[in-house]
Amino acid sequence: MSLTEKYNEEVKAILAKYPNKRSAVMPLLYLAQREGGFVTKESMAEIGAMLGMETTEVAAIVGFYSLYHDEQAGKYRMQVCADLPCALRGADKFLETLCSNLGVKVGETTSDGMITVESVMCLAGCDRAPMFQVQDGDVVTYHENMTIDKTMELVEALRAAGKEVK
Amino acid sequence: MEHYLLRHRDVANIHKLDVYRANGGFDALKKAVTSMQPQQIIDEVKTSGLRGRGGAGFPTGVKWSFLPNNSWPHYVVCNADESEPGTFKDREIMEKNPFQFLEGVALACYAVGANEGYIYLRGEFFGIRNFLDECIAEMEAAGLLGDKLFGTNYSLRLKTHLGAGAYICGEETALLESIEGKRGQPRVRPPFPAVVGLYGKPTVINNVETLANLPLIVDKGAVWYRTMGTEKSPGVKVFSLSGNVVRPGNYELPLGTTFRELIFTHGGGIPDGRKVKGIMPAGASSSIIRVDDTTFDTVMDTPMDYENVQNVGSLLGSASVIIIDDSHDMDWVINKTVHFFKHESCGKCTPCRDGNYWMYHIVDRIHEGHGSQKDLALLMSVANQVNGKCLCALGDFSTMAVTSALERFPEDFNKKVKA
Repeated sequence: MSLTEKYNEEVKAILAKYPNKRSAVMPLLYLAQREGGFVTKESMAEIGAMLGMETTEVAAIVGFYSLYHDEQAGKYRMQVCADLPCALRGADKFLETLCSNLGVKVGETTSDGMITVESVMCLAGCDRAPMFQVQDGDVVTYHENMTIDKTMELVEALRAAGKEVK
Repeated sequence: MEHYLLRHRDVANIHKLDVYRANGGFDALKKAVTSMQPQQIIDEVKTSGLRGRGGAGFPTGVKWSFLPNNSWPHYVVCNADESEPGTFKDREIMEKNPFQFLEGVALACYAVGANEGYIYLRGEFFGIRNFLDECIAEMEAAGLLGDKLFGTNYSLRLKTHLGAGAYICGEETALLESIEGKRGQPRVRPPFPAVVGLYGKPTVINNVETLANLPLIVDKGAVWYRTMGTEKSPGVKVFSLSGNVVRPGNYELPLGTTFRELIFTHGGGIPDGRKVKGIMPAGASSSIIRVDDTTFDTVMDTPMDYENVQNVGSLLGSASVIIIDDSHDMDWVINKTVHFFKHESCGKCTPCRDGNYWMYHIVDRIHEGHGSQKDLALLMSVANQVNGKCLCALGDFSTMAVTSALERFPEDFNKKVKA
């Protein structure tokens, strides 16, 4: 199904928001990513046609911004900040332990396809490290002042929620 | 001390519109729109000495006065892209005291004759975006936004725009490109955004914290505002304190507060009996201030304002103060910062794009213990070929920690490399 078929009202609202059509590209890409967690070639072409952009121009936007993805990963992307302020408060060790508990390396997905662990740049949560965000389609949720125990509880909750969706 | 920006710490539920209004909220906007000319607001803000809180410290009222009066419409864009490692102040203002911030956006719009304001949030602030959209809808329903504000002919609409993860979009021309639906890459200047900005129109771009100051200045006046802070850096500032301190967090203090007061009185000092080794007062973009037994008192007694931090070899920037204790070596620290800038370089200027790639590989080699003395010279040489040679400040920023670490902490590098 195309984006206009699936999200007609939202697409209309996004297109009406800006004085310049092309400004709609970022909100439309979030919409395209909502269900599968990544933007398909078809969606890029559809958005391009809507906004008068080449598909490659849309793909260039997807490639430039780190919250857009063009490939499938786990249902939930667990994005741990390991930048300097967080690292001074133990983020590297946290990330390493999380990966070993989940049996993955940074960038890999758990065998059940639910969780992809990623190391990302500063998330403006430096005083509450270790911290990470969970990206689920077009939704981003912060988790701060985390411990490994709390994180593993969250992982189980996400796995249960993810199965229901499936 | 009373909080003027982080007012939620004194007034419960100030994030609710009725509570904010019961505590004087939107009095400043009503006063401005119904009884002041836009130029009077600009003059008041100029007199207040308010300087941009995003990092550059440029006088806000002066910035506004650059907009030409023969080209319309004018736009106000709020920079809520807060992405500097070590900065987390705008987030707290928007999450906890949203209406003071939004009133500030509205005041800036009125001052420069804009009928439309954009708030550009980093993509990770997805939840804050949703929250601000609700706040904006409440303001519209209460007649605080929309057509004919307070019975005048002035109309105003505010819109949020969500980025998608790119530090460079905090650079104001990259931010405009991003709103226009392009890759967030800086524009060549001139023309400056004040003349050719969003959609080619005159545009003011202000940081969240800067805007949150405006209701105070309009309500209480420039003279009152100048009673806080220093002569050249008036007012209060939210300092984001992070790294090796007992109590990291945001602290709203007058500009000119000393490092000692921030780190030891408010931050509770350094944990585990460690000593301060380095301070990065402007986040990952800082030159690292060396702190040791000989420099300790000089650094600690330095007032944190736009002028004095330069005297100890760094900049105040957005006041994102990262504390590094003596358990860390500087080759590790710059390995972190260069990794960040390598990832965040937008790729437009070759010195920054390639320079950061090479700096990262050299620093990584040194950090892993495979470097030589030659690598130290090479690293300095690459940094010097990036600094000052790019369209925007990201290139310069990427070299600050590198060159200052090499110059001020040579022992950390010498012990890591082979002769």
